[in-house]
Amino acid sequence: MFAKKLRRALCGLWGAVILLGAGNTFAGFEQLNMTPGVTDISHRVYDLHMLIFKICVVICVGVFAVLIYSIIKHRKSKGAKPASFHESTTVEIIWTTIPFLILVGMAIPATKTLLALEDTRDADMSIQITGYQWKWKYDYLGEGISFFSTLATPRDEIENKAAKGENYLAEVDNPIVVPINKKIRFLITSNDVIHSWWVPALGWKQDAVPGFVNDAWAEVKEPGTYRGRCAELCGKDHGFMPIVLVAKTEEDYKAWVADQKAGAAAAEAASTQTLTKDELMQKGEQVYDKICAACHQAGGVGIPGVFPALKGSKIATGDRAAHLNIVLHGKTGTAMQAFGEQLNAVDLAAVITFERNAFGNNTGDVVQPSDIAAAK
Amino acid sequence: MSTATTHDAHHDHPTGLKRWLFTTNHKDIGTLYLWFSFIMLLIGGAMAMLIRAELFEPGLQFFEPQFFNTLTTMHGLIMVFGAIMPGMVGLANWMIPMMIGAPDMALPRMNNWSFWILPFAATLLVSTLFMKGGGPAFGWTFYAPLSTTFAPESTDFFIFSVHMLGFSSIMGAINIIATVLNMRAPGMTLMKMPLFVWTWFITAFLLIAVMPVLAGAVTMMLTDRHFGTSFFSAAGGGDPVLFQHVFWFFGHPEVYIMILPAFGVISQIIPTFARKKLFGYSSMVYATASIAFLSFLVWAHHMFTTGMPVAGELYFMYATTLISVPTAVKVFNWTATMWRGSLTFETPMLWAVAFVFLFTIGGFSGLMLGVAPADMQYQDTYFVVAHFHYVLVTGALFAIIAAVYYWLPKWTGHMYDERLGKIHFWWSAISVNVLFFPQHFLGLAGMPRRIPDYSLQFADWNMISSLGGFAFGTAQLLFLYIVIKTIRGGQQATDQVWEGAEGLEWTVPSPAPYHTFETAPEVK
Repeated sequence: MFAKKLRRALCGLWGAVILLGAGNTFAGFEQLNMTPGVTDISHRVYDLHMLIFKICVVICVGVFAVLIYSIIKHRKSKGAKPASFHESTTVEIIWTTIPFLILVGMAIPATKTLLALEDTRDADMSIQITGYQWKWKYDYLGEGISFFSTLATPRDEIENKAAKGENYLAEVDNPIVVPINKKIRFLITSNDVIHSWWVPALGWKQDAVPGFVNDAWAEVKEPGTYRGRCAELCGKDHGFMPIVLVAKTEEDYKAWVADQKAGAAAAEAASTQTLTKDELMQKGEQVYDKICAACHQAGGVGIPGVFPALKGSKIATGDRAAHLNIVLHGKTGTAMQAFGEQLNAVDLAAVITFERNAFGNNTGDVVQPSDIAAAK
Repeated sequence: MSTATTHDAHHDHPTGLKRWLFTTNHKDIGTLYLWFSFIMLLIGGAMAMLIRAELFEPGLQFFEPQFFNTLTTMHGLIMVFGAIMPGMVGLANWMIPMMIGAPDMALPRMNNWSFWILPFAATLLVSTLFMKGGGPAFGWTFYAPLSTTFAPESTDFFIFSVHMLGFSSIMGAINIIATVLNMRAPGMTLMKMPLFVWTWFITAFLLIAVMPVLAGAVTMMLTDRHFGTSFFSAAGGGDPVLFQHVFWFFGHPEVYIMILPAFGVISQIIPTFARKKLFGYSSMVYATASIAFLSFLVWAHHMFTTGMPVAGELYFMYATTLISVPTAVKVFNWTATMWRGSLTFETPMLWAVAFVFLFTIGGFSGLMLGVAPADMQYQDTYFVVAHFHYVLVTGALFAIIAAVYYWLPKWTGHMYDERLGKIHFWWSAISVNVLFFPQHFLGLAGMPRRIPDYSLQFADWNMISSLGGFAFGTAQLLFLYIVIKTIRGGQQATDQVWEGAEGLEWTVPSPAPYHTFETAPEVK
């Protein structure tokens, strides 16, 4: 009778929760557990997680059952008289030894999994991952492919001015692409603060520490798109530097590599062209919004005490060479990065032209891609 | 210490502000600590409400990401250093002398100073919110280089504030050790001391050992920021991960500093309401000591993803999971104490029993986090957030609340309103689970901690969690009302207060007179 009532009450509660969920446009109630992932390691990590979880649940149920029995039966109001026992060395030894043995039992599979997870030897290829505030850079070692990967979700969606897309805050402009069934070694480092590169489907995360290189590995079994995020607080836009990993078959991967190389050659060729001021301003605004506005803010107003304003600033309205220098080489000891290695000559020329003429900084200066090459 | 042979007749007994500013009385100072702790709980709690409001839905609703980071940072710092630690010290000040039959703390003037540093340190910390560049926004763990090269100017005020908090804690700890070692009544041998005194005695050693390490960490930050050193910068031959080692060498014992006195409180309350002696007293003492000892040897389990050598990861995994043994012994002992007792469930007991259930859940998620390969997934997610809120909110905070209900009649001479106390309990106990349990799901599904906005698959559980948060936050205003109501009046409490209560503190009148045990009691 009581059990039936309880079950009905629980069903009702669950129904209410589901209704509440249906009332909004988002999903997620069904997301309760870790993903088993798409690599051997991620499956082993998942299995280990489930094993410890089950052990915990069993012990929990045992202890809680005793407690609940005692709470119900050993009440003063039910006439319970206190027993007088208050120590037993035998019992203490038993309940010290049993947990210890359970731990040893858990340590064995945990140790095996950990050793496999950390074994980065004999990789088929290596990709260097560098964390930047707030984007990722991928260098395919030996292939000459190198690009940045930044958040692709439009600002309007974040500020609730537009409907949020399916992959809100989990989409990037240039995903990292890997071939399936190859052991890939990731060399992970950072350019500024500590970040952490995490794609749950691979089964691990690895911190990106400035000045040090950490390694990890994965061998993806299934082609697909796998999404992750930066997991270590890295400043203002920590929540806005997602990771998208696309696993392709060997053939598709080769086609992608060829595409990348062709794209790089085209960009190289563009660096000698001369653009009009309007073209530079238009392109510069795009680059500014995507790269610079994260710190210097829309309208170049900065955040007082944290990120300097560009509007009317000494650098953006003063000596042109000094402006080029700080954008290309950054400023040591601050969050200002060396963008000379991140952006191509056209983007750099455009954004500097933009900064010197937008926000009322009307210097009238025009910077051409050739000026960038000269300043480098 | 008073040398009076009669009652406080010859003391000039200042009133008003002077009483509180210059007091050397352990009860006054205990009260100051507890009120300070409560104010900090409300400030830190208000920040938590703002955080949950921002996370109620995807998208940026109320705050810029930088300010959101400041909120999470300040919430953590205020709760750890402002609410939980001073709350526990307040209980120690009030109860340790009364439990061991001492007239006061061993070093009463230093006691005054330990407390009065706190409001200044806290004001300094909170004032950073209004400084140019905003307050600290690098998390309560303040990892370098985010907290050195990339931090706002106000960080120097934060550093100074941490130094002051450290002074206060160290002096408080010295005082407790001196009191316990020198001021016990005749016959009160170490192994007769109430467990609350034991757990605080051990905690005090932890404080003395690790607060200087924290001071070292922030001093290294300061010199890295302004004096050209490179402790935490690879460019100058240092290592950012060194910061994490130093921080967690403090930080891990710190979590036991917050929970061991809670174990003590629970070990006082359960026997009282079970009307049965604590099961396994000596094993409780040994378990506390083992936990304290092991707490120094496991710090890098917070750092499994930093790129430690695999041998290091294995060692820290084994050592960490080992701590669950003495912790399990404690839970088993509390269970055995309740077994075949004669239980009643007044408000303090309700909080204590909830502690045993919910702390156990937090302990188990801690065990899961200790398993290194699985931690590669859990690390820095909401799973971790859920874990440490289960041990700190339903653990440490619940214990402090239980202790306040338990000893409030002794402090004020009045019984609290039992009906309101029970409402406060059930409201809190249900909402706190709605608040924190779904965060396990969020973390496992892949939501990192310390983010102001999230992908859509995390939306539902965040909304539930926020609703629970608002309910839990409001419940604590009821607590404030209950405490004030009890101070102002209520049914007169008896000396013993609780039918099953044992110990020296229950032999003095309620409310406890300003000076107790000027003549030491005899303990048999």
